[in-house]
Amino acid sequence: MGSNGTMIRKKDLTIWQKTYIPEIVKGLRLTISQMFKPKFTYNYPEERFKPAASFRGRPVLAEENGVERCVACGLCSRVCPALAIEVQASETELEKERYPIKFEINMVRCIFCGFCEEVCPEEAIIMSNEYLLVFNNQEEAVFGKDKLLTPVEKLHDRLEFLREHR
Amino acid sequence: MGMEILVSTAKFLIVMTVILVSVIILVYLERRISAFIQNRTGPNRVGPYGLFQAIADVVKLLLKEDIVPKNAYKPVHDLAPIISIGAALSTFAVIPVGNTIELFGTTMKLMIADVNIGILYILSVTSIGVYGITLAGWSSNNKYSLLGGLRSSAQLISYELSMGLSIIGVLMISGTLRLDQIVQHQTMYIGGWLPNWNIFLQPVAFITFVVAAFAETNRLPFDLPEAEPELVGGYHTEYTGLKFGLFFLAEYANMITAAAVITTLFLGGWHLPYAENLGLSAFTLSLLQVLAFCAKVTVILLFFIVTRWTLPRFRYDQLMDIGWKVMLPLAIANVLVTGLILVL
Repeated sequence: MGSNGTMIRKKDLTIWQKTYIPEIVKGLRLTISQMFKPKFTYNYPEERFKPAASFRGRPVLAEENGVERCVACGLCSRVCPALAIEVQASETELEKERYPIKFEINMVRCIFCGFCEEVCPEEAIIMSNEYLLVFNNQEEAVFGKDKLLTPVEKLHDRLEFLREHR
Repeated sequence: MGMEILVSTAKFLIVMTVILVSVIILVYLERRISAFIQNRTGPNRVGPYGLFQAIADVVKLLLKEDIVPKNAYKPVHDLAPIISIGAALSTFAVIPVGNTIELFGTTMKLMIADVNIGILYILSVTSIGVYGITLAGWSSNNKYSLLGGLRSSAQLISYELSMGLSIIGVLMISGTLRLDQIVQHQTMYIGGWLPNWNIFLQPVAFITFVVAAFAETNRLPFDLPEAEPELVGGYHTEYTGLKFGLFFLAEYANMITAAAVITTLFLGGWHLPYAENLGLSAFTLSLLQVLAFCAKVTVILLFFIVTRWTLPRFRYDQLMDIGWKVMLPLAIANVLVTGLILVL
């Protein structure tokens, strides 16, 4: 019986179909043809996944002409849902007047949501395409400015993507 | 006499080594082919193309701790894998891997034991293998193991019947139980060109025998004794280390034996069509025939592997239905028809 009460009549199989043989042959043909298709596997340590521009890897600070773009407004720290970012501002002679004397992201806390990137008025904090994060202890997981600063050329793809879609 | 013993021992050692090595290759092939079918790469780290993966696995199994469950019956628990492996390996003794060969001035048959009831020997020894599985399931004192063991005994007994009956057709045609003579009978030609292989004379028997062989070796779609989703690991749930390795080995050795028996009975054994007309020396011809035998066995093994990754597992009642309601009547009908044709 179908769901609306009508009788469902299944098509009767012929004797040849009842032997299963045609279906088995079909199945074997499929599996054997699959054997020669290209593989999806990445041979990991040698071959690595290259993320697209939309990928949110670890957040980094954009560095332009040797100076970070960040003006230490603290919005990223404020918006961070996991409370992973800590910023301390200081003054500078440069045009931007303020810079972060200390900028730390606790990568154990970071959830890669990208809110910091979205809220940043200077395009200073960017989600990079790096996804290999290994630490041996909690202290190592706190990334300071030394690890966060990245030349802006390397973030080109992501910036293009942001300008187009944000 | 001393010479004969020496020759037998040599043959025995060669065959054992070949089987054990081919089990390793077979495990590798199984994993590799299954990976290819699923668009993966499979083991490719240990050695070139991952060829030594199986060896690494064996070493791992040897080094593992041997755990016997607290409530298991230890003597039987230890005995079960030995029965399994013994039955699996001893079947190969009567299979002719080639015609006679001349070595060191003597003519010898390329089989370990020239038994005059070869095929009966194979059937009976493979049945002994059931004890290994059943006892393993029972002695583990684990409900899943027990269920696996019970299933396997029921399955093997059901399919033993259709297996035996499907062989009868072949035996009626060749009129002997000696495996070398059955092969000898298949070296003729029908109408001068088609090899007189039993697959052409007995297609129904071939199909029933192959299906029964799948069931006998516990291969998918008949691998109910170790149906992972239902029974954890089946009869070898409570086995670790070397003893688990022995079960594993026995399973694959059984596959090789089954493939060899199918080759011998239905695919002309060592017969390489038209090779005897090429005018080769007797020795080269013998070697070629051994190679032909190996090639046929390999093809069947590949078929076993690809089938495993194609067909889903049967339900238990479906399994019994096929065994008793389809295979058995088919095999009996085949015997009747063969008899009728032979009489006419």
